[in-house]
Amino acid sequence: MTATHPTLHPPQPARLGTVRALMRLRAYVGPAMAAIVASMAAYLVAQLIALAIPQVLESIVDGPLADGDRAAVVPLSLLVLALGAGEAAMFALRRWLVIGPTTRVEARMRDALYAKLQDLPVSFHDRWPSGQLLSRAVSDLGLIRRWLAFGLVLLVMNLVVIVVGAAILISMSWMLGLIYLACSIPLWIVGYRFEGRYSEVSRRSQDQSGDLATAVEESVHGIRVLKAFGRGKHALTSFRARAEELRSTEIEKARLDASIWVWILVVPAVALAVCLVLGVVLASQGELTVGQLVAFFATAAVLAWPIESIGFLLAFSLDARTATDRYFDIMDTENEVTDPGQPVRVERPRGELAFRDVRFRYQDSPERFGDLLDGIELVLEPGETMALVGLTGSGKTTMTALATRLYDVTAGSVELDGVDVRALSREELRRHIAMAFEDATLFSASVRDNVLLGRPELTGDAASDPAVAAEAERVLEEALRIAQAGFAYGLPDGVDTKVGEEGMSLSGGQRQRLALARAVAADPAVLVLDDPLSALDVATEANVEAELRTVLASTTALIVAHRPSTVMLADRVALLEDGRITAVGTHSELLRESEHYRFVISSLEDEQRRVRADASDLIEDELTAPVETKEAIR
Amino acid sequence: MSTVTGVQGEEREEYTKAESRWIRARSLRLLGSLLQPLRAQLWLTMAVIVVSTGAQVAGPAIIAYGIDQGLPALMRQDWMPIGLAGLAYLVTGAVGAFLIAWYIRLAARVSQSVLIELRTRVFLHTQKLSLEFHESYTSGRIISRQTSDLDAIRELMDEGINQLVRGVLYMLFTAIALVWLDWLSGLLLLVTLLPLAVLTRWFQVRSQRLFRRSRVASAKLIVQFVETMTGIRAVQAFRTERRNERVFGDLVEDYRDVNAKALGLFAVYNPALNFMGYVAVAAVLLVGGFRAVDGAIEVGVLLAAVLYTKRFFDPMEELAMFYNSYQSAASALEKISGVLEEQPSVPDPADPVDLWTADGRVRFEGVEFAYTADRVVLPRFDLDVPAGQTVALVGSTGAGKSTLAKLISRFYDPSDGVVELDGVDLRRMHPKDLRRAIVMVTQEAYLFSGSVADNIALGKPEASFEEIVAAAQAVGAHEFIEGLPNGYDTDVNKRGGRVSAGQRQLISFARAFLADPAVLILDEATSSLDIPSERLVQEGLQTLLADRTAVIIAHRLSTVAIADRVLVMEHGRIVEDGSPDELIGGTGRFAALHAAWRDSLV
Repeated sequence: MTATHPTLHPPQPARLGTVRALMRLRAYVGPAMAAIVASMAAYLVAQLIALAIPQVLESIVDGPLADGDRAAVVPLSLLVLALGAGEAAMFALRRWLVIGPTTRVEARMRDALYAKLQDLPVSFHDRWPSGQLLSRAVSDLGLIRRWLAFGLVLLVMNLVVIVVGAAILISMSWMLGLIYLACSIPLWIVGYRFEGRYSEVSRRSQDQSGDLATAVEESVHGIRVLKAFGRGKHALTSFRARAEELRSTEIEKARLDASIWVWILVVPAVALAVCLVLGVVLASQGELTVGQLVAFFATAAVLAWPIESIGFLLAFSLDARTATDRYFDIMDTENEVTDPGQPVRVERPRGELAFRDVRFRYQDSPERFGDLLDGIELVLEPGETMALVGLTGSGKTTMTALATRLYDVTAGSVELDGVDVRALSREELRRHIAMAFEDATLFSASVRDNVLLGRPELTGDAASDPAVAAEAERVLEEALRIAQAGFAYGLPDGVDTKVGEEGMSLSGGQRQRLALARAVAADPAVLVLDDPLSALDVATEANVEAELRTVLASTTALIVAHRPSTVMLADRVALLEDGRITAVGTHSELLRESEHYRFVISSLEDEQRRVRADASDLIEDELTAPVETKEAIR
Repeated sequence: MSTVTGVQGEEREEYTKAESRWIRARSLRLLGSLLQPLRAQLWLTMAVIVVSTGAQVAGPAIIAYGIDQGLPALMRQDWMPIGLAGLAYLVTGAVGAFLIAWYIRLAARVSQSVLIELRTRVFLHTQKLSLEFHESYTSGRIISRQTSDLDAIRELMDEGINQLVRGVLYMLFTAIALVWLDWLSGLLLLVTLLPLAVLTRWFQVRSQRLFRRSRVASAKLIVQFVETMTGIRAVQAFRTERRNERVFGDLVEDYRDVNAKALGLFAVYNPALNFMGYVAVAAVLLVGGFRAVDGAIEVGVLLAAVLYTKRFFDPMEELAMFYNSYQSAASALEKISGVLEEQPSVPDPADPVDLWTADGRVRFEGVEFAYTADRVVLPRFDLDVPAGQTVALVGSTGAGKSTLAKLISRFYDPSDGVVELDGVDLRRMHPKDLRRAIVMVTQEAYLFSGSVADNIALGKPEASFEEIVAAAQAVGAHEFIEGLPNGYDTDVNKRGGRVSAGQRQLISFARAFLADPAVLILDEATSSLDIPSERLVQEGLQTLLADRTAVIIAHRLSTVAIADRVLVMEHGRIVEDGSPDELIGGTGRFAALHAAWRDSLV
């Protein structure tokens, strides 16, 4: 249990310059651009007003105060109030203008990312953990939105404000102005470098929190193992180590934070201390009026934030650039499983499924391993049920995934009714072929919606039509009966009970049965079942099998099987061995003819029995009997 | 307060007054116990920030002094006052800066000490709590106690409190400085406090509501996203992409909408604060201007008053946000304190009996097990398993086989009666001895992140690599492990990503073999194996079980062949007990089961 976390490095495109990288956002930002520019203008006006207020102070000090004119104080004070109101209004405008447009940009980008991810093939998702995708969809896009609404606006306009402010200071006294500005430059450098380091440390802290969360999750999910072996202490040690790592990162973060505060406070203090002495000296020599001195300090106060912020805003822009890159990493991924330009249509498939010289290897499989599938030849006749048998890891699951193009073949072709599956639209292909997976996925929705997932015409708004609702009910009931998933009616809200991540937790066997019901309910021309009964107990398995026979009688089916009982559902069995189909035949034929098949499918007990049966010469009858029964049903 | 003891009532929205008092007292006690050892550091931290803020606030007053005293003095060629002012500005600036840096580091140390202590306590306590608790409380909740709730507390400690202390002190000192400099300006500032409070309260109430909605909206968004990505095969196979896009699009829009509303709130509150600041400045300027004309105050004081008044409002926005992070941290701490209040129902003994090496005789005497009085799972029974015997437990789902197994491994304690190992009550054994003597392997073979070797070594952390390989060989796992990309060093990823269910079970077998216990319990531990693996395991099992006590639960009766004794259970009772041959030969339930199973084979 070492502190390892999956670090996947999908291919990185060549790096662009920061400005050009950010320019890629144009496609999405377009409609918001006008608002962003208007927001910049509002911010600039607000800051110009803020810079005007010290000028009013100056005229108060050098005017009424110097002249002793009480009445003149009133209009000038009201002018400050009016300017303040103007500044506040402009600030409000700056924020208001961008809220709608930038949040819409964020939403549009998020929708686009989600659509793209759903379109990308399973091989892409094998490489990318969902956490990586999630951080792009949530925090990266949030960061980009904030940068557009604040970072970009403030970065551009603060530079303008500093220039204007500097001009004002220099016009008051070139010496004071230059000193103040000279002192602010180190702040930019320090601020920029600090933010770079700080975001590196905080990213590390995020990773370490993630690791710590993983340690927590494992200690909870694996609690039975930890308790069974009395390894609580062991788990605590590794948890403690990670917690300590996080703690020292956090303290390092605080240290960085502390050092930037020193700079932010010390540099202006030095600048202002020098300006104070110098300003008073200049005033004593009559080079400056007292009002100008007052205005100088008031202006310096206005400029403090724009100056401090430049470094931080530059670093913010770099972060936004990283987020943009991460976003386009995905958006630019080329989808290798796409719909053809001119899809062929197969209106009513007979259900012939053929694998012709199919080869397949995973993209990330090491050089030293050969192709996983190495020239598969197999034809399922319409209506035929074929069991697929082979050792764990021989590629059975992969082979089933090729039929619906969850992966595309590396070479060769899979054909439905003689048409290459790549010539059909994915939508149509997957309507004709339905799947159930060993690892049953349920979504956070009702049992009904989960089972009728492949029948959108029976759910949602369509179900408000009573005829449709009745049909939905019938299909649902039949599917649940076949999959022996009648337990669903006994759930707290029956078939409307919410299941999945957010809902009731079900056992592995229950989930598997619902996934099977889902495949059956889809009423496809071809059913592909990947070891759909593995988590069921013997009695339930037998019942499911009995019910399945009626479905399989009229449907082409490819069933991955580990147990003889599952094999018995099939008309024929295909044996997958070393990437090829090495034998096809009935169960009894293969038992007789294939050493490897016997190795894969028959248990110790079974073999002993066969030895006994051989001795009494009864084996033939016994083995063919169930097959005949099946023939009779068909 | 039995209604809210421990984690009870945790999900409720409303509490009675007495209940919330109880809960608050409980979480305050927890907070107190965490802070108690850090008292000295806390006082130091407070002292540092008080001095630092004082120094920071001095600036404008010094400028006022420089202008009002320094300028006239310099006219008289007296450099003293202006020199003093310049120096004072430098010194207060530097002291303020370095002290604030010190404060930040001190505060981080304190909060990190509290966090690590709290994390450790919750982690340890979670591990101590019995399986019964975990099963009813669910893994999701106990994980969020330790992750998102602790994050809420961390956020409060790191940012919230920091900002609160600094902000409040800053405003306080600014107000004091202003009153001291010119009491009338100070008075004017205090008058603005009332509308400020009203505005801030308005903001808090609305922002709290919006933030809660935003959290809910983002949680929904995340669930939909993660479900789609983890279930991408089913999504694509059943063509739900378009429907998902509609659902996700709605969630994105909800999230956008609530975020836009929250941003809109800031777009009102911030400018309003800004405007109030100018109202106060204008008032100070008007009154101060009159007084300056009259000669009651100097020009520099007027400048300082304006600067102070404007700066007074700076920390307000962050302070208004404090309430939000405070609320979520407080409710997080309340929930955590509830978990910590839970007592383990399988407690460690106070003075354990020494049992260094066990023979493996297991005895149930007058044992009964019930969740509640009316939910009896195992009615009273006796059972004696001699050392070295292999017992198979057979029966339908829900017959009580797993419960019996969990009593032997002391995942549960019996409601009545005694379970003994070598004549010692399990409840009196040291957990270390108990876990070394009795090991249970369950169906859901959980793998921890790390390598395959790490996972096997869990059975015996000090094992050498050779021992690990030997264990894998003994259970027939060696071949497939060698075939993995990096052999024994292959990372199994999260939740056993690349390793199939059957392979996971083989690894957990090897783990148990390495642990070498006197009593081994296998609860459906072979269910996911394919036939060749099962065959391998069964061969391995013969040697594995040879000189130890074993209890095997299996749906597939092939495993029963190697048992010395079969117990058939039904509705919590042992209804048949005998050797496999006796039972198969008889006419009981086992004989019927066995016949049915044989038919299912071929």
